[in-house]
Amino acid sequence: MGAIEAPDLSYAALAPLLFVFGAACTGVLVEAFVPRAVRHPVQVAIALVGTIGALVATLLLAGTEEITAAGALAVDGPALFLQGTIAVLGALSVLLFSERALDPARSAFVAAAAVPAGSVRDRELATSERVQTEIYPLATFAIGGMMLFTAANDLLIMFVALEVLSLPLYLLCGLARRRRLLSQEAAVKYFLLGAFASAFFLYGLALVYGATGSVRLSDVRVAVVTEGGSALMVLGLGLLVVGLMFKASVAPFHSWTPDVYQGAPTAVTAFMAAATKVAAFGAVLRLLYVAFGTADWTWRPLIYALAIVSMVVGAVLGLTQTDVKRMLAYSSIAHAGFLLTGVIGLGPDGTGYGLAATMFYLLAYGLTTLGAFGLLTLVRDGDGEATHLSQWAGLAQRSPLVAALMSFFLLALAGIPLTSGFTGKFAVFRAAIEVGAWPLVVTALVASAIAAFFYLRVIVLMYFSDPAPDGPTVGVPGLPTTIVLAVTAAATLVLGVLPGSVLDLAEAAAVFVG
Amino acid sequence: MPVDGLLSVTWLVIVLPLAGAALLLLGGRRTDRWGHLLATGTVVAAFALAVACTVALTDRAGRAVSLDLFTFIDTGSLDVTAGLLLDPLSAVFVLLITGVGALIHVYSIGYMAHDPGRRRFFAYLNLFVAAMLLLVLGNSYVALYVGWEGVGLASYLLIAFWHTRPAAATAAKKAFLMNRVGDVGLALAIFIMFAQLGTTSYAGVFGAVGLLAGGTVTAIGLLLLLGACGKSGQFPLQAWLPDAMEGPTPVSALIHAATMVTAGVYLIARSAPLYDATPTARTVVLAVGAVTLLIGAIAGCAHDDIKKVLAYSTVSQIGYMFLAVGLGPVGYAAAIAHLLAHGFFKAGLFLGAGSVMHAMDDTVDMRRFGGLARRLPITFVTFGLGYLALIGFPFLSGWWTKDAIIEVALDRGGWSGWLLGGVAVLGAGLTAFYMTRLMLMTFFGRPRWEDGVHPHEAPPSMTAPMVLLAVGSVAAGFLLVAVFPLSGWLEPVFGEPEEAAHLVSPLVVSIVVTVVVALGALTAWLYVGRREVPTTAPARVSPVVTAARRGLYADTVNESLVMRPGMWLTRALVWLDARGVDGAVNGAAAALGGGSARLGRVQTGFVRSYALGILGGAVLVAGALLAVTA
Repeated sequence: MGAIEAPDLSYAALAPLLFVFGAACTGVLVEAFVPRAVRHPVQVAIALVGTIGALVATLLLAGTEEITAAGALAVDGPALFLQGTIAVLGALSVLLFSERALDPARSAFVAAAAVPAGSVRDRELATSERVQTEIYPLATFAIGGMMLFTAANDLLIMFVALEVLSLPLYLLCGLARRRRLLSQEAAVKYFLLGAFASAFFLYGLALVYGATGSVRLSDVRVAVVTEGGSALMVLGLGLLVVGLMFKASVAPFHSWTPDVYQGAPTAVTAFMAAATKVAAFGAVLRLLYVAFGTADWTWRPLIYALAIVSMVVGAVLGLTQTDVKRMLAYSSIAHAGFLLTGVIGLGPDGTGYGLAATMFYLLAYGLTTLGAFGLLTLVRDGDGEATHLSQWAGLAQRSPLVAALMSFFLLALAGIPLTSGFTGKFAVFRAAIEVGAWPLVVTALVASAIAAFFYLRVIVLMYFSDPAPDGPTVGVPGLPTTIVLAVTAAATLVLGVLPGSVLDLAEAAAVFVG
Repeated sequence: MPVDGLLSVTWLVIVLPLAGAALLLLGGRRTDRWGHLLATGTVVAAFALAVACTVALTDRAGRAVSLDLFTFIDTGSLDVTAGLLLDPLSAVFVLLITGVGALIHVYSIGYMAHDPGRRRFFAYLNLFVAAMLLLVLGNSYVALYVGWEGVGLASYLLIAFWHTRPAAATAAKKAFLMNRVGDVGLALAIFIMFAQLGTTSYAGVFGAVGLLAGGTVTAIGLLLLLGACGKSGQFPLQAWLPDAMEGPTPVSALIHAATMVTAGVYLIARSAPLYDATPTARTVVLAVGAVTLLIGAIAGCAHDDIKKVLAYSTVSQIGYMFLAVGLGPVGYAAAIAHLLAHGFFKAGLFLGAGSVMHAMDDTVDMRRFGGLARRLPITFVTFGLGYLALIGFPFLSGWWTKDAIIEVALDRGGWSGWLLGGVAVLGAGLTAFYMTRLMLMTFFGRPRWEDGVHPHEAPPSMTAPMVLLAVGSVAAGFLLVAVFPLSGWLEPVFGEPEEAAHLVSPLVVSIVVTVVVALGALTAWLYVGRREVPTTAPARVSPVVTAARRGLYADTVNESLVMRPGMWLTRALVWLDARGVDGAVNGAAAALGGGSARLGRVQTGFVRSYALGILGGAVLVAGALLAVTA
């Protein structure tokens, strides 16, 4: 048995990942060695340094095309673009997590997660200003996992990254300070179903390995070309896709989304809705384009159908929702369908506009949805956040600014011109049309028309209804949430009015290696 | 030729009202006291600027100015530049929008004086003006689309302005949904242009029409027509327009009579080079116009709501314009002339209707009017002039512009020429009938007012715009056809007007139309004027009247074709998505119950059923993939 040789690592190309994982490990050490009183600011600072450092690193690395770690990781345009996107969304989410001004108990996160909900000790801690500061290393690990996910050039690494990003999220979902049972229920549901979906992914991985003899994406590609698609390989592809679509909350694998989005602390929901989607689609794009790009006849009809189902389910069921968080969850399902429309827009041999369009859409959607969920944390009643639609009636009279910002985000989600949502939709639809996917774009336009209706309903409710007498109050956010809202609103506007340079960047980055 | 001087600030025409809207919306209550004056001021200033720009335009070679404002999207394969195009066609629209818009702003100062939401109203109105100006001034289909969505949004907000009325909220939804159907068509047409040509600028698209396959041009033409039908309330998407009258009356006058609803005509006229290449699509435009013209006129005969009668009249008159643009190059100038004349007299009629409602405590039922001519003399005279202009009384606006369309239709020749000409003449007769009926029921006869109503004339801020519009109603047609021929002004856009060889002499046409109009008016007098008008609508009427009262069953058709299947789909999906059922039930329970108890109950979805759903999806995926491979 020969000695195992250490793989050759290009540390420069891995700098973004090293930053984030470094910050996460440091965060764990901080929990052990730093006194409780100063832990919170220290943890926030470390998480921010890690994510912003990663962002700067991706920008400095722009243009790199390199395969490293013995072929397991690909550092290329799409990986860097999406890693940068995740780093931005991650940094903004950390800011949302660190908000201390809104909740009377000074944090939306629980003081001690391990105390049973509803116990005497739990009630004592409900008003304590303590925070479970492990949320920051957990979030940073999740961000690291997501960034790894987009760069994984190997199905095994992809699976490891999937778990690295998922496990912290399961925990974070259960850490709400208020409505703890709802939050814990969400965490358990997400965990059980996530494990179920991971099993599909793993089984698919095994089948693909059996069919092609390798888990390296480039080897799978070669095997597909030389041997053609066997039933085993196609079945494996199908199961891999199921696992990824679950993470991306594409219907019919979406059923967890509304419950988990509703139950999780809103800051975590914002993080999941924005960053997880970017990571999942990063992996979907890499898997389909790099490994199975030459056999697109196998997955194209499948993705086509999933896109239609997801858009229709998200748009139609969104109409019946009475809770703002659930409504945004169904909106996220519909947007997953729109994103798949962009995935379809890949031309033969990786040409075409689909990749750049999808990446742009991910950035635009991530920022907007983060802003929308961020705003939800401001509208509160005595019981925490007020998310029932009836409580939002007449909000414009209580706080014109919050109502105006929310309207702006909702219009962007609806894809009204001069917002980033329009530019993104425009790009993905155009990409799909260039490969002749007419019926898909027609469905997408109809679905976005339906979806626009439930976004507008909220706007109408905020502006045109009389406020309920015991309605919610609008909290004054501290600096972190203010920064998040300002950045996301500005980005939504700029990407809608002057998207040129970012579109250029996405187009320049749209080349896979491997 | 570089753009300098006044024309280089054409963008200011859009920015002025937009800034007004932004200031009013963001300024909050601080602007309550003077906001409406500021809003009116911005539109008046925009009008002045538009006049100056139009004058400057006459001296330019080619009478067109293209302004590149900024590059919206510019990547290797996609290039969208935001720019403006001021040419004779957009100039007349800009003048109409800012001119009528300014008058209606002035009118609204009086009309909305006591409304608590006045500032919001003026902000939306300014927003509408800005979006509509962008729609007509943009130099590409994408810019047009941005304006198109903007006016749709403003229209939605204004229809629902009195949101506490359920009917207003429903009407706004209906308008929104039916417009979205049309918008899908417009969006698809734009996507085809991108996919085939890589550009959507008017210059780029029209220059490359010859390179496209015939089928593609026809597809683009039909999809643009779908968009136009949605916005302009044309068959089969006409049902939203009468319901949109739930909005405040100045809105009905500006948006749902004079400007926004004519955007479809603008779209088709602007796309003339496209339609020149596709006789099929053009014939469909023609057919849509002819059918809508009759539907609107017939439905207008049976309604008792004064604003709905005027709304159906708008549907019918825009049908005339569609008919004219569908006739090809000979019809463009006639369509635009009728559009401008209609903008004047229909806006005037709506303002008059608003004045009547103002006097009658917001009653709209004409069966409760009667004998108002003495009490509202200014309204009566201005409304009467608008009425005469609309039915085509000789030498007033409608006579010049509607006769021109009828002549062009007859000149088409063959059986289709006779058919279209016949339809247009019949429509003129029906128009005379329903408008005379409206006049008789409102201003003549014995008063049938409800108790406690004391009609009084409106304040000067309302009557002054009515007087100005009445002057326009009288003179516009004569000015546009005989003094400053619009066809000559529009020549750089549509090419030199052909000297038509008339099949039927214009004099004969004019005499025939006048006789038919007189017959229509006489019939109305026989039916309405000579008898006592019952204060409730008779229940036992012929099937024809029933059909007309129900708008020729447009709602029924929409419901059975679109709404019911849509509801079935929603129910089926909700049922499948077991969560949705729980959510809806618990949501209802929560709304009733309230308090914290509801929060625990909202979430009752079972993990096992979710997992089963995911498994089912996975089986489907695997099965489908194996089927593809096998």
